[in-house]
Amino acid sequence: MRFSSLNELVALCTQESVTIGKLMVQEQAQETGKTEQEIVEQMASYYQVMKEAVSKGLSENTKSRSGLTGGDAQRVQSFRMNHVPSLGDKASKALAYALAVSEVNASMGRIIATPTAGSCGIIPGVFVSAQETFGWEDEQLVYGLFTAGAIGYVIANNSFISGAEGGCQAEVGSAIGMAAGALTELRGGTPEQTVHAVGLALKNSLGLICDPVGGLVEIPCIVRNGFGAVTAQAVSDMALAGVRSVIPSDEVIHVMLDVGTAMPEKHRETAKGGLAQTPTGRKIMKELYGNKDQPARNRGNGK
Amino acid sequence: MRFKDVFSIIGPSMIGPSSSHTAGAVRLGRTARRILGCLPEQADIVIYGSFAATYQGHGTDLAITAGLLDYDTDDMRIKDAAVLAEEAGLKVKFHTSSLPVAHPNTVKIMVRNGEREESVTGCSIGGGNIEIVSVNHFDIKFTAGYPTLLIFHKDRPGLIADITDIVKQAGANIGYMEVDRKSRKGDVLTVIESDEAITSALICRMEQIPDIQRVCLIDLTSKEGMP
Repeated sequence: MRFSSLNELVALCTQESVTIGKLMVQEQAQETGKTEQEIVEQMASYYQVMKEAVSKGLSENTKSRSGLTGGDAQRVQSFRMNHVPSLGDKASKALAYALAVSEVNASMGRIIATPTAGSCGIIPGVFVSAQETFGWEDEQLVYGLFTAGAIGYVIANNSFISGAEGGCQAEVGSAIGMAAGALTELRGGTPEQTVHAVGLALKNSLGLICDPVGGLVEIPCIVRNGFGAVTAQAVSDMALAGVRSVIPSDEVIHVMLDVGTAMPEKHRETAKGGLAQTPTGRKIMKELYGNKDQPARNRGNGK
Repeated sequence: MRFKDVFSIIGPSMIGPSSSHTAGAVRLGRTARRILGCLPEQADIVIYGSFAATYQGHGTDLAITAGLLDYDTDDMRIKDAAVLAEEAGLKVKFHTSSLPVAHPNTVKIMVRNGEREESVTGCSIGGGNIEIVSVNHFDIKFTAGYPTLLIFHKDRPGLIADITDIVKQAGANIGYMEVDRKSRKGDVLTVIESDEAITSALICRMEQIPDIQRVCLIDLTSKEGMP
């Protein structure tokens, strides 16, 4: 790839008069030796998986193997159909869709890791609901996934995208930044506005710890995906309105690295702190695993 | 750069709930299956660390079994892998171990079919990526992220040159290579990761080299036996 920061990414796009999404397709082709068509087709197949996950989460039984979660997307969907949601129709739809995908993940359904399985609801929640709102073709959304991928690539290589390394800010926070940036570009935002969206989004999740109950990708991961989809929409509106991230987005990414590095181990996906170690969290863990020690969960290096 | 391309950020396509405890576990099982070269009749699996602590909630057991059935990370049958394994004649036994391991997500898979027996130890290192650390007590490392050749042979001067010569003639590029031997003039395992797909013709030619016992291809992007 010819860029390693968001600043360089904007400069390349401006110089070559292309969107971030289009540039990322070209860079991927260069990197892998595959044709642009092959690469776009693979991403298109991923987008279909995302749409299927939304639809499954809204219609099928999503009780997880642990029995802890399932059905929340359908509760929200039913509520928004029968009441006036305070979020309004569009944001409440993104909320329901994101929950749907995360519940499909927790119940061993098929998803795309974006960037991880723990944060897999945010991008589909934002993308699939936006497609219905704005009437876009699938192809536009597929290029939007390349925009999200370019943003995630910079975050992953300058900070982290795994909860084990950097807490939930690294997973859910990164996914919100990717979704917000991509939505901004899809709605006609410039590369600058797209990149401002990333900084605005990340600032809102700095310090978010990873404290899954029982070490499972369920509590609080699923609801955080729902909140994440709503936040990404708010960010995109701000960026398109001309709100700027005064602290440049590349600098915000480095703050995430600093904060995550300083985060205690108990708040990095080990289930040794936070919600996992509340009286109820401990009780749930005991019921799941008997009297064994708490799971020293660690997804290791990488995503 | 730790992450090299767009599909390491958007992807893999997978069955949930965890990229390392589920998707990575499928790949570990599948690698063991490819090393055996056929459906095992029996598999004894020891899971360590975080795998042992949370395997029920993450479906790690189902995921490893699915890998032994040669399923990919996004195969909908992963959920039913225990039943499907039984139907296919594969007996799977899981054991948990509290012995200390270098990586929290480690598994040792012993697979058997008739007289053949293979033992594979590997870790799930995040995002569905894996690292194999031992095969049949040879200490070797590979990721199964590229077409990979496992060449079991005798220790003989010039044999590595014979092997790489065949790779060269096929026009393939070696991206990574590791050799481990049990003793001087004893058994050796050579591992080669190739940038290009490995053809069955290349494997046939390699198997004809004197002192080569077996050549095994691991390419998780293709179906078994279809190089």
